[in-house]
Amino acid sequence: MAGKLNFSLVSPEREVFSGLVDQVDAPGVEGDFGVLPDHAPFMTALREGLVTVYVGAARTQYDVKGGFADVNGEGLTILAEQATEVVAA
Amino acid sequence: MASLKEMRNRIGSVKATQKITKAMQMVAAAKLKRAQDQAESARPYARKMASVIANLAAGVSGADAPKLLAGTGQDQRHLIVVATADKGLAGGFSTNVIRAARERINSLIASGKDVKIIAVGRKSRDQLTRLYGDKVVHTFELSAQKTIGLPLAQPVAEMIATAFEDGQADVVTLFYSQFKSVIQQVPTGKQLIPAVVEGDAQPIDLNGAVYDYEPSEEEILETLLPRNLTTQILAALYENQAGFFGSQMAAMDNATRNAGDLINALTLQYNRKRQAQITTELIEIIAGAEAL
Repeated sequence: MAGKLNFSLVSPEREVFSGLVDQVDAPGVEGDFGVLPDHAPFMTALREGLVTVYVGAARTQYDVKGGFADVNGEGLTILAEQATEVVAA
Repeated sequence: MASLKEMRNRIGSVKATQKITKAMQMVAAAKLKRAQDQAESARPYARKMASVIANLAAGVSGADAPKLLAGTGQDQRHLIVVATADKGLAGGFSTNVIRAARERINSLIASGKDVKIIAVGRKSRDQLTRLYGDKVVHTFELSAQKTIGLPLAQPVAEMIATAFEDGQADVVTLFYSQFKSVIQQVPTGKQLIPAVVEGDAQPIDLNGAVYDYEPSEEEILETLLPRNLTTQILAALYENQAGFFGSQMAAMDNATRNAGDLINALTLQYNRKRQAQITTELIEIIAGAEAL
């Protein structure tokens, strides 16, 4: 795989996640989408739902409310009004 | 002149006051750390939001630009939001913000503009209603919520957005205190509507690539702008909170030191008086003994 994706998930209260990952799946208003490294610039509003972060074999999920995603040359940023980590059941 | 017992009481009461101010200073110092962390961790979000909006704003302009971004094109009705603390005992913290707001309000009124005021925080409510009476259209209290957070900023933002959409305001300005350091808080006036693209919010460089928008650019802006309003208010409230505790800490530190000085001066006076009394008694005894 060509490099890693620089991903950060920020909420108004704090930076929830920041670091290099392999893939992020997020719920866009017009359908779910996945972001891999070197994705084309892309901007979308998010539905309420789960954001899944893949790092190697590990997978973390975040419950995101009122969000907004921005992909550019520097990586992916998700701005969410609320973001909480989902503890794997 | 006061009797010895009165002076003892006086010293005792100043000591009690000093204990209280000392305790308040330490509480403020502990809370300051938390508030400062919060203010700082809120900054990445606000900065990111600003750069995204700067990016979008560059693409959308002219007549179809959302009103929240471009304003109504008029400059007649001003809505001033003044955010201060709920409590006092923090030196000139709230007064400084209100003074900055007052200057602006007075100059607007003098130039014949319509001014409406939203007061956030009990201090700004009290002072502004006294000064401007019915110009204050709404007030919010910080103590309505346990902690500063989204539930506090949201209603304020909604009220501003509604007032704007109903055509009650052309320009919205927010006054708050920017937290520079523990000893320095800067009263700041920030224009919310029309949105000002800040100098440090650089549009993201895409090396010639073009953004894909989902849904359209305009629709994204329309959901993003009200959210940006909330974010800016929340950030201002966080800054205020940190500034308040910083200011309170400094004020209480001062008060503790003053109380210490006062205690020293009173103790000196007390001891002098006590010795004078002893000397008088001795003279009386000696005089009595000589007379025998």
